[in-house]
Amino acid sequence: MSASSSAKANQLSSRFIYVFVSLYFLIPLGATFYWSLRGAKDVLGFEAYRKLFADTNFLPAFSQSIVNAVATILLSLLIVVPTAYWVTLRLPKLRPVVEFITLLPFVIPAIVLVFGIIRLYSRPPLLLTSTYDSSRVLLICVYVALSFPYMFRAVDNGLRAIDVRTLTEAAQSLGANWGTILFKVIFPNLRVALLSGALLTFAIVIGELTIALYMAQHTLGPYMADLTRSKVYEPSAMAIVAFAITWAAMGIIDFVGRGATRSKTKVAID
Amino acid sequence: MKPNTNSKSVNLTVGGALRPPRIPIGRWLGVLPFFVFSGLFLIAPTLVLAYRSLEGPDGGLTIGNYLLLTSETVVSSYGMSIRISLTTAILGGLIGFLIAWVVSMGGLPPRFRLITTTFSGVASNFAGVPLASAYVFTLGRVGVITALFKLVGFDLYRTAGFSLYSFLGLTIVYLYFQIPLMVLTILPALDGLKHEWREAAENLGATPFQYWRDVAFPVLTPSILGTMILLFGNSFGAHATAYALTGGLFNLATLLIGQQISGDVLHNPGLGYAVAMGMVIIMALSIFIYSILQRRSERWLR
Repeated sequence: MSASSSAKANQLSSRFIYVFVSLYFLIPLGATFYWSLRGAKDVLGFEAYRKLFADTNFLPAFSQSIVNAVATILLSLLIVVPTAYWVTLRLPKLRPVVEFITLLPFVIPAIVLVFGIIRLYSRPPLLLTSTYDSSRVLLICVYVALSFPYMFRAVDNGLRAIDVRTLTEAAQSLGANWGTILFKVIFPNLRVALLSGALLTFAIVIGELTIALYMAQHTLGPYMADLTRSKVYEPSAMAIVAFAITWAAMGIIDFVGRGATRSKTKVAID
Repeated sequence: MKPNTNSKSVNLTVGGALRPPRIPIGRWLGVLPFFVFSGLFLIAPTLVLAYRSLEGPDGGLTIGNYLLLTSETVVSSYGMSIRISLTTAILGGLIGFLIAWVVSMGGLPPRFRLITTTFSGVASNFAGVPLASAYVFTLGRVGVITALFKLVGFDLYRTAGFSLYSFLGLTIVYLYFQIPLMVLTILPALDGLKHEWREAAENLGATPFQYWRDVAFPVLTPSILGTMILLFGNSFGAHATAYALTGGLFNLATLLIGQQISGDVLHNPGLGYAVAMGMVIIMALSIFIYSILQRRSERWLR
């Protein structure tokens, strides 16, 4: 058996595997898309989407989730960027502790976390679930804590890619104070990393079900779950919209990340 | 490498310097919000559950609640969770590994790798209600595939006894986010296999099979095993997808906790807390083993 014929057989079997597994991933999307076009009787069209967007509960839930996601991202950035910066430069001894804490969201399942949150914050002295809005603030805080792993890893990778120490020392020797260093030197250099962390957080928060559900919040997750029980065609349109949002977030992360590595390699070659 | 020895000594010697990071409080200021948030919204809620799980019906510390974990309801829901998680971890691990291998060294055009990783990023984050809906429209009673089978005279539900709301159904659905997670985690490990190893093996007369059996596979084993354990935890803690699919009524550990939150279905609050802590313990174990195996694999794959 020659090397080239075995390589060809190899290539053929890899193509077969790839096509086969692709079908597993594409069929549910195709089927859902097909259903979403059947909203009107006897004719394919976008009626299901129109009905979904016209639903009086859709926009409030959607906009509430967007506001929650944006608030989560901003708060998380404000907390994680200084933390990552500090453990890189000033308190490297704390790094293992911080890394351990960023593992916790994977160790504590969402359903367990919300169980504990309800038990801790639903009675004095820490009564935070008495009104809808205070629950909402609590929900955002929980999302912030859950975003730490993604945000910390993104920012940490970003800090590793630039030489923070040299940049900081250069800024210091030019007389910059810490605020200036953080906002005018570090942040702009971390744009790509911050954007990736932010978009990943967005993709996770926007349709989150478990925690929002048990905290009785009218966000997109519980809305979608309700929809699957009460409507026939709209859930398919909703699933396609949710998939498109996730695609958009991940696509931008990939696109920006690729741009960053390309420009970096260019510098390295020069 | 010993980082930062000089800044440490600066910090230790200066008491009242002007720059905030040099005084003790300022030194911690940058990390303080992080610890406060983690403490209030991750650690404290879990500690509350841990404490309550050790509380007896009339107060006082007891491990009685944990002994009750052997009761029938708990064992059957844990059992189902573990069965589904093991199955989807092993299947997802194998299929994901195959796909990663195919796009990294299977001779496909390079752009397939890019498409695959981007899609994996999307699909691994696509769990929850939309994924459940997508499968209802595919393999549910009126799903497209179910309908196609009916066209050729085969009733998936009546004849084959299939149900989307069963062990098999949930396994198929969970694989949709398990396989991509495997692909994303194992690709870097495959990239770490060095060209020189293959060349050296070939020069010594090894067949491709021997190379894989004696060189590549032993190097990859910790990564593969570790990622499968990660997949196990990923499925074990999953709640949203199963809730959306079954309305929260299926016999699964996460769904049991959900029912316990809405209304003490176990008729014993203490047992509810123990069930929740049991999940945390299993998750902690799997993440712990994963990180050990990951560290071991890093020795070779850099």
